[in-house]
Amino acid sequence: MARAWRRWWFPLVLVAVFPLTIVLPRSGLINPYVNLVLKYVGINIILTVSLNLVNGYMGEFSVGHAGFMAIGAYAAAILTVWVFPAGTGVWLFPLALIAGGLAAGVAGLGIAIPSFRTRGDYLAIVTLAFNMIVKSVLENVEAIGGPRGFMGMDKLTSLAWVYAWVILALYLARNFVFSNFGRGVLAIREDEIASGLVGVNTRQIKVQTFVLSAALAGIAGGLFAHELQFINPRSFTILKSTDMLLMVYLGGIGSLGGSILGATIYTVVLEGLRSVLQQIGISQEWRLVVAPLLLVLLMIYRPRGIMGLQEFRVLMPHEEQPGASGAPPAPAPQPSGGGSP
Amino acid sequence: MSLLAIRHLSHAFGGLRAVADFNLELQPGELVAIIGPNGAGKTTVFNLITGVYRPTEGQIVFQDRSLIGLQPHAIIGAGIARTFQTIRLFRELTVVDNVRIAWYGRTSYGLVDAVLRLPRFTREEGRIRRRSMDLLEIFGLAPLAETTSKNLPYGQQRRLEIARALATQPSLLLLDEPAAGMNPAEIGQLMELIQSIRREFHVTLLLIEHQMRVVMGIAERIKVLDFGQTIAEGTPVQIQHHPRVIEAYLGEEEVG
Repeated sequence: MARAWRRWWFPLVLVAVFPLTIVLPRSGLINPYVNLVLKYVGINIILTVSLNLVNGYMGEFSVGHAGFMAIGAYAAAILTVWVFPAGTGVWLFPLALIAGGLAAGVAGLGIAIPSFRTRGDYLAIVTLAFNMIVKSVLENVEAIGGPRGFMGMDKLTSLAWVYAWVILALYLARNFVFSNFGRGVLAIREDEIASGLVGVNTRQIKVQTFVLSAALAGIAGGLFAHELQFINPRSFTILKSTDMLLMVYLGGIGSLGGSILGATIYTVVLEGLRSVLQQIGISQEWRLVVAPLLLVLLMIYRPRGIMGLQEFRVLMPHEEQPGASGAPPAPAPQPSGGGSP
Repeated sequence: MSLLAIRHLSHAFGGLRAVADFNLELQPGELVAIIGPNGAGKTTVFNLITGVYRPTEGQIVFQDRSLIGLQPHAIIGAGIARTFQTIRLFRELTVVDNVRIAWYGRTSYGLVDAVLRLPRFTREEGRIRRRSMDLLEIFGLAPLAETTSKNLPYGQQRRLEIARALATQPSLLLLDEPAAGMNPAEIGQLMELIQSIRREFHVTLLLIEHQMRVVMGIAERIKVLDFGQTIAEGTPVQIQHHPRVIEAYLGEEEVG
């Protein structure tokens, strides 16, 4: 009985919270601004998990994930505005998000195949270029509004939907990470050559991970588009990608718990900064300085972030939790002195 | 039929010929050692066999199948495993995860099974964990399964690396200086371990080693390399008295 409880209490809590995400915004117990910030937190969690798969778990370096977000946002928005019959948006919204994820995933495949053909740090350069190309293309296609952007979406992104997609994204990412595929990804970060020499098909798993990551970013883009009800190419510049990098490295590389922390702290702090700057009468432009500066400081002083390579117990599958398999718990890590050569 | 046949293998880094006209036939069950001074091209031979480098010339045939041009993971999948001169564990991962990764190429579930936790995934993961723990048991590492591998003492890291290599279920195991950095007592244990691996896992062994005690104690056949050339080949007794071997080693000592 106690064992079953240990295993199921966390999923039960997650289910129990779901009705609250429907009731609370409607009852007025949380005001619209808080509701909005919570939704941003959720969208940012999905984005952070997405980027963490590539930059944190796999140890590659993508700097252009806003490009995938843009593709997901535009694809989902075009579907709900132009393709789906009027009035069906509410019901078909998940389909639009999945389509956005698929579109971003296909773009991810197109980036990953050439980038991972050879070893080396091509990915950063390729994704940087990709991000700029996506923005330029969106600015130059008049049919979807060009530089003026695309609008007409209904406000379909409710707190309940965001919550559901965050849980789903975390669940899928967790299952991926705690499998032999995920272990292969971690092995690549640790030592790419050695991982090939224990049988990991490094090229294939890198492509698969990147596609999964791009698809998650696309889903987040779809949620973002139907929250703002207006998207334009300038929402998806390198600055947006920098935000994502920051949330990953703040919260912690290679950690789902870190992704949740990083996204939450960063979103709330930046919102807080908005009102602080307003009160002391300094231009809001300074918020744009905070993110890159914080990123530089983090990379120097705490490159692994708050939860780097650690995980909350509740976010691990039951059979992977320390002590759950019958194996004795790990002894406390000894301070590694000189270490081995 | 030989297990591994290497013919006229050569490899050059730019103008430097690291390996020249290397030939080797391994029969199933043999234990052969490659020795030679530093920089003689021994590790390069391992890197050529396992696909880390692509040879400039020559053939490598394993169980009647050419390995030239195959990716490392495909060569491991064909049944060759190796360890490294300097330990290359996945340092931040636990001991058991280091071994579980080695089942990567033989995992029967797909990405969808894993992401949706379908029954096939659960069954296979259970099997992988059990077999990994069995292997760790044999190597005396089971109590340390959940320890981060970088926190293991040096000798145990060496053992873990061998356990990880065996988890890929090889028929040929390449050991690159397994006794490097070990004290005499550890070397004695290592020699016993290698003998027991041979018996229990029915693997053929190809060994690079500097420790003459290990080489002369367990190898059945020895090849001596110097500057990429094979200068001698024979049984331990023949090699000990071979004039060119003595010359190569004494020559190196003077420089060193």
